Amino acid sequence: MATFYIFMFLPFFSALLVPFLYKYLNRQIHTGWFVLLAPLSILIYLLQYIPSIAAGETYKFTLSWIPTLGIDITTYVDGLALLFGLLISGVGALVIVYSIFYMSKGREALHHFYVYLLLFMGAMLGLVFSDHLLVLYGFWELTSVSSFLLIAYWYERKSSRQGALKAMLITVIGGFGMLAGFIMLIMMGDTYSIREIIAQVDVIQQHSLFIPAMLCILLGAFTKSAQFPFGIWLPDAMEAPTPVSSYLHSATMVKAGIYLVARMTPIFGGSSVWFWLVAGVGIITLLYGSLSALRQTDLKALLAYSTISQLGLIMSLLGVGSLAVYFGPGEQGTVFTVATFAALFHLFNHSTFKGSLFMVVGIIDHETGKRDVRYLGGLMQVMPITFTIAMIGAFSMAGLPPFNGFLSKEMFFGAVTELAHVSTFGLESIGILFPIIAWVASIFTFVYCMIFVFKTFGGKYHPEKLTRKVHEASLGMLFAPMVLGLLVVLIFFFPNVLGKYILAPALTSVLPMMPVTAYDLKISAWHGFNMELLMTIGVVVIGFLLFKSAKRWVRVIRNYPQELTLTHLYNIALPAMEKGAASLTNRYMTGSLRHYLSYIFSFFVMLLLGSLLLLYGIQFDFSNNASISLFDVGLVLVMIIAALTVLFTNHRVVAIVALGAVGYMVSMFFVIFRAPDLALTQMVVETVTTVLFLLCFYHLPKLKKDIERIPFKLTNLIISLAVGLTVTILALSANGHKLFEPITSFFENAFELAGAKNIVNAILVDFRGFDTMLEISVLAIAGLGVYVLIHQRSKRREHDETE
Amino acid sequence: MIFQTILLIALGILMLSILANMYRVVKGPSGADRVQALDSIGINMIASIAAYSVLFHTHAFFDLILLIGILSFIGTIAFARFIERGVVIERKR
Repeated sequence: MATFYIFMFLPFFSALLVPFLYKYLNRQIHTGWFVLLAPLSILIYLLQYIPSIAAGETYKFTLSWIPTLGIDITTYVDGLALLFGLLISGVGALVIVYSIFYMSKGREALHHFYVYLLLFMGAMLGLVFSDHLLVLYGFWELTSVSSFLLIAYWYERKSSRQGALKAMLITVIGGFGMLAGFIMLIMMGDTYSIREIIAQVDVIQQHSLFIPAMLCILLGAFTKSAQFPFGIWLPDAMEAPTPVSSYLHSATMVKAGIYLVARMTPIFGGSSVWFWLVAGVGIITLLYGSLSALRQTDLKALLAYSTISQLGLIMSLLGVGSLAVYFGPGEQGTVFTVATFAALFHLFNHSTFKGSLFMVVGIIDHETGKRDVRYLGGLMQVMPITFTIAMIGAFSMAGLPPFNGFLSKEMFFGAVTELAHVSTFGLESIGILFPIIAWVASIFTFVYCMIFVFKTFGGKYHPEKLTRKVHEASLGMLFAPMVLGLLVVLIFFFPNVLGKYILAPALTSVLPMMPVTAYDLKISAWHGFNMELLMTIGVVVIGFLLFKSAKRWVRVIRNYPQELTLTHLYNIALPAMEKGAASLTNRYMTGSLRHYLSYIFSFFVMLLLGSLLLLYGIQFDFSNNASISLFDVGLVLVMIIAALTVLFTNHRVVAIVALGAVGYMVSMFFVIFRAPDLALTQMVVETVTTVLFLLCFYHLPKLKKDIERIPFKLTNLIISLAVGLTVTILALSANGHKLFEPITSFFENAFELAGAKNIVNAILVDFRGFDTMLEISVLAIAGLGVYVLIHQRSKRREHDETE
Repeated sequence: MIFQTILLIALGILMLSILANMYRVVKGPSGADRVQALDSIGINMIASIAAYSVLFHTHAFFDLILLIGILSFIGTIAFARFIERGVVIERKR
């Protein structure tokens, strides 16, 4: 168990060491050689699992992390996780070998590059081995972050930064949706473990959160795996160094969504929504990607769209395969089990050939300085080995024998043609569309594969268009694509070895309910003259004719208006959102204090009056009130007159005098209500305030001195009346309802308890002296503040005078 | 009893006087009129507080009476200086 975790976290430990190695050893040895040890050892360690996993065993390890919350780093090693683990470590090792020769030792910041790459590798391994949903999400986000860092590796380029931002935004939005879906799953199953959720799938399928959880999780999977319409980040992510594109954006990260869909198939598979979303979106992505790839002249962009298209193919196969869950064990179920098998098979194949193709483009870019097909051509004689690898990869992608893409494409055709015979989920009417779209998309795939090979390597050689003297790449750089190319061919001739030891156990984890023996035979049944072969022949013939006549029609696709692409939509949506948010904020954040005050008061009224009305809080009870004397009425009248004078006067001195009158009357009321201390304080404070007002008045700027009366505004009147009314109602309602006896009787013992005859003073300095202390500090702060403000101002004035 | 009635009547008259002063505060054509009226309100307050003290049989408000005497004077002086010179406290240069 400990060994497993050591290997799982090995990339993170190595990432810690990389900067030191770079600093002290980079002069002699390329840092990549040390980094290579990590994926190699992981690969060798994981290879040991193959026999036991193929025999049907699974392993579960638990590393305690936050036990009180039930969060542990639970890992579950089964066929699917092992398949991905082998891909990640294997392609990872090859990509690092490639990067050693691709990334210059002197010019590049290798310590950044390898730290990010190792972080990504560790995150990806954690993702595929996690059984705990929240830990899986954590690793998922870590792949997004490390991918962001890798895309923006050449951060001084604007396009790199934009591509990284786009990838980050889209994948993180999806990841967030996925987290919501996971939480719903956890709520439904009352467990964090995917294993245990699968075990109680019957309960979950009846739950009302089933569909929302599915949609949220699919959002995460579709954004990560660049499905329609979220695929737009992938072409822009091509700004990353080529080893990164090869590793992340063809072989591993973009398959995280595929992994998630495969992992969730036992839970959601069998539902019609799942089938239609996964298969439908997949097949649309397949067509969209292959059509868009035709428009590209940049080789990397072409490969990016072809990745999108192939991912759509895998996704649609997984969707078709989920029908097996619906039909269950039986003849029809077995047919669709083959679809899932084909998905896993193509997943593996795609990693091999697409990884090698990206490396080929990197080599071309490295040797010629260009990767635009319009500048390239005739490289066949100059770079024969590169050409051979490119041909193997591209022909495999196009689905030609004798390469592994042929097998998976045949199985794909087989699976989609089966759909025409299904009479559930509404397939009887439009099920026939699936094979047609798949076939058309395959023709386009064939065409762009041919463009890739023959526009780059065929035709005439134009040395004058290229900046460098072209020659074959070094053997070190060719090593990794050669290994992958070799795999492409080997898998074609010995597919059953791979099928039996790696893909069959993976299939068991995707479709645990299907018996193993039913498809055991199907793996080897790739020969025979059938419908699939006819379709492939059709693809080749029509594709060849289209490629030959490409000059006539390719302009039609290239001239497809830029305004109608999804990228354009993203490009206008982002500034539009910023603009919308800015205008919304500017509309209410006016900078005017009056507006903010009116918002505050309106909400005050709405909240208080609303809750008073809704909760039936308006109940007046005057039974306990004291009687009102004529003298009180007179004083109130004086106060009202004085207050109104403040409002309606057009002279400031009058307002100050009237305010003084109000203050005096308040003091008078304190007398009537028998509060001598308050009356004293009120008198003094009122006088001081009046004098202060006069001081301020003198310092007002000259221009505004002769201000007229306050301008009338209806909204202000309404708000002020409403606030007054609210407070009055609140006070009157509160007055009639005393919930419990006041505690004043305690303070009446002031003499016995505190030795004071004045209760108010005893409360202030004895019973509640703490408040008094803090109020004294408030006064001190206010005094200091006033001093500082005046002092600073006079200092500045002196400063200005000296200038 | 009669004494109390007399006190209440006195309070009523004082209140009317304050109201009348308030009329001057509002109406008063010049600032000086208003300040005068405010000063007068202070004097009336002194009287009413005294009447109240007798009515309540307490001497707790005697401090207040003295204080109003002082403060109303200070306030009036401040206003007077303001109206006369535009400044309340002059700076010594």
